[in-house]
Amino acid sequence: MTRGARWLAAALWLVAGTAAAVETVDIAFLKKEAERLPKLSNLDPPPADDGALGGKQGIADNNTTGRFLGHSYRLETIVLDEDGDVHEALRGLHARGVRQFIVDADAGELLALADSDAGRQSWFYNVGAGDDTLRTRQCRRNVLHIAPSHSMRADALAQYLMARKWPRWFLVSGRRGNDLGFAAAVRRAAKKFGGKISAEKKWEYGPDMRRTAASTVPVFTQDADYDVLIVADVVGEFGEYLAYRTWKPRPVAGTQGLAPVTWHRTHEQWGAAQIQSRFSRNHGRRMSEKDYGVWAAVRAIGEAATRANSTDHEKIAAYIRGEAFELAGYKGQKMSFRKWNLQLRQPILLVSPTSLVSVSPQRQFLHQRSVLDTMGYDRPESQCRLDQTP
Amino acid sequence: MQTRPNTMNTETSLMNAARAPRPALAAVLAAVLAAAPPAQAAHTIYVSNEKDNTVSVIDSEKLEVVDLIKVGQRPRGITISKDRKYLYLCASDDDEIQVIDLDSRRIIDSLPSGPDPELMTLSPDGSILYVANEDDNMISVIDIGRKRILKEIPVGVEPEGMGISPDGKTLVNTSETTNMAHFVNTTTFEVFDNVLVGNRPRFAEFTHSGTQVWVSAEVGGTVSVIDAATRKVLKTISFALPGIKTESIQPVGVRLTSDDRFAFVALGPASRIAVINAETFEVEKYLLVGARVWQLAFSPDEKRLYTTNGVSNDISVIDVEDRRVIKSVAVGRYPWGVAVRAGG
Repeated sequence: MTRGARWLAAALWLVAGTAAAVETVDIAFLKKEAERLPKLSNLDPPPADDGALGGKQGIADNNTTGRFLGHSYRLETIVLDEDGDVHEALRGLHARGVRQFIVDADAGELLALADSDAGRQSWFYNVGAGDDTLRTRQCRRNVLHIAPSHSMRADALAQYLMARKWPRWFLVSGRRGNDLGFAAAVRRAAKKFGGKISAEKKWEYGPDMRRTAASTVPVFTQDADYDVLIVADVVGEFGEYLAYRTWKPRPVAGTQGLAPVTWHRTHEQWGAAQIQSRFSRNHGRRMSEKDYGVWAAVRAIGEAATRANSTDHEKIAAYIRGEAFELAGYKGQKMSFRKWNLQLRQPILLVSPTSLVSVSPQRQFLHQRSVLDTMGYDRPESQCRLDQTP
Repeated sequence: MQTRPNTMNTETSLMNAARAPRPALAAVLAAVLAAAPPAQAAHTIYVSNEKDNTVSVIDSEKLEVVDLIKVGQRPRGITISKDRKYLYLCASDDDEIQVIDLDSRRIIDSLPSGPDPELMTLSPDGSILYVANEDDNMISVIDIGRKRILKEIPVGVEPEGMGISPDGKTLVNTSETTNMAHFVNTTTFEVFDNVLVGNRPRFAEFTHSGTQVWVSAEVGGTVSVIDAATRKVLKTISFALPGIKTESIQPVGVRLTSDDRFAFVALGPASRIAVINAETFEVEKYLLVGARVWQLAFSPDEKRLYTTNGVSNDISVIDVEDRRVIKSVAVGRYPWGVAVRAGG
């Protein structure tokens, strides 16, 4: 490993005892930390084992099932700091026979991994990058997207705001790439669902708002006419400081305020209470959105191995991409992959910090294939055609 | 019953029970009442209200809630003892089984269980209670007389559905995240076979002949009929309703008539009960009930079927022979389990 790399967790050997010969599926969770940010407005930095513990829980769940079939699962977690070399990590794991990689990295790193020599013989599960281009133009046959795209989140929120009849939005976006990606998705959602961006501004006051928010935010929002302020600030530089400080009494939604997420501690319906309590008891903290993503990736691999009754990587990959694949994820309906771009279809929760407000898709929005496809780019809107033979 | 309209629709079930029907409704009411089925053998219906920590007691003649029993936290599965004296109740958040005396309607005892008991089934002789503990991937085998756990049997992730063969020799448990029906030998307490079924299996029910096990899969949207001898899936039944999204068809509770001719399956958020010909496996009819229907119980004479409707906070009463819903009765919040006892 390079000097920049550090191994956070050793391989987890969670082999359930059984008399029959046990076949093992090796999975790696590869996490590349982004640039270290000044977390000024973020009082709860993500834990160092964010995502990794979700993987651990998924492995435990898979092994409970696997012991009835003679299958076992192992997870190796590698966390690289911003200087770490993901390719070296990939090559090392690949040389030891690992073919299933859950990746938390930006879109560029993910594609570079998938297109590398070792990567072309492997399968990747994206739990980090929300970029819509990965789902519309730069699809790969060996990359599945567990994380929702920016547009899936924006559409989930837009459906709710339209259902509430709050159609005019003031879009405030930050300076980073993901902020611009989410802001673009919000503009698209307005067009798609009949909302209107009645005002739009870029936040240019920098990140540290602790002492100046009370004077800055009222002035910043004074000349806008809107129902809801939608903020695009993925890393949390300023978004938390908008609510209650706007000129007009208006709610805040988006990356802060009412937020579209895949998982949240307030979610307990559809059996979610069971995994929430299992996770807290086993790991001593709440299950995060990242944990849920890695859990879902591990479970998708386990579900495919169980149904295909094989630990062979090719067979697992084929089953996941097949018509019969479905995953139960505690969200009230089955989740599956969009065949044209390999994006996981999933309900999106709309949450405030201590309350589950709603779950999208909203019932008003229908679709000829799956109501989950009302969120994100649909097949005709995407250039990806992974459902056609190359 | 005479002062209240018969309804089959969940909105009207929220009507103030004390309110007399308006004169304009009288004619309709008279017609509906005239069409009401003949008197049933008197029985009592018990419904656990998950969010209220209560059990509603419903009189079969009046079809009204006549009493409310305060119970432990998060009551879910309920079942009646073979001697009909007691109600066993899974108090999920108290991690125990509570024993309610049905004559005094008081909690008189509790039985140990593993964490988060959800559903249970009694051995045919009534001496053993098999409980699915959702939180620790175990089935607890409880000796009721000695009030102790005889054995814990490891099964899949989130065990839930529990079915026992008529001879008591085979227990079938479903695990929601493992997606299997586990066949357990009740003499050795060992799992001897596992059958993959649809996603998130919720309920297992043996036919009265003991030859088949019917397993519902909530997320998969199917019911698997398993041959009990070979453990092969004979048939996977799926459901389709015009105007209802396939995602909201989520089978949970399953009950078979004692002649094994018909099965009734609760379809969750589709708010329908499917009536299935158990010989051909064809769905013959869908009955509209309350919102998010979960569990089912027959009256002792099988003339009626009661359904718990988790979101509309009521139960629906189905005339089994006519295959129609004759009434809704408002109960507590999140009605979950339902059990029926002959007599008052």
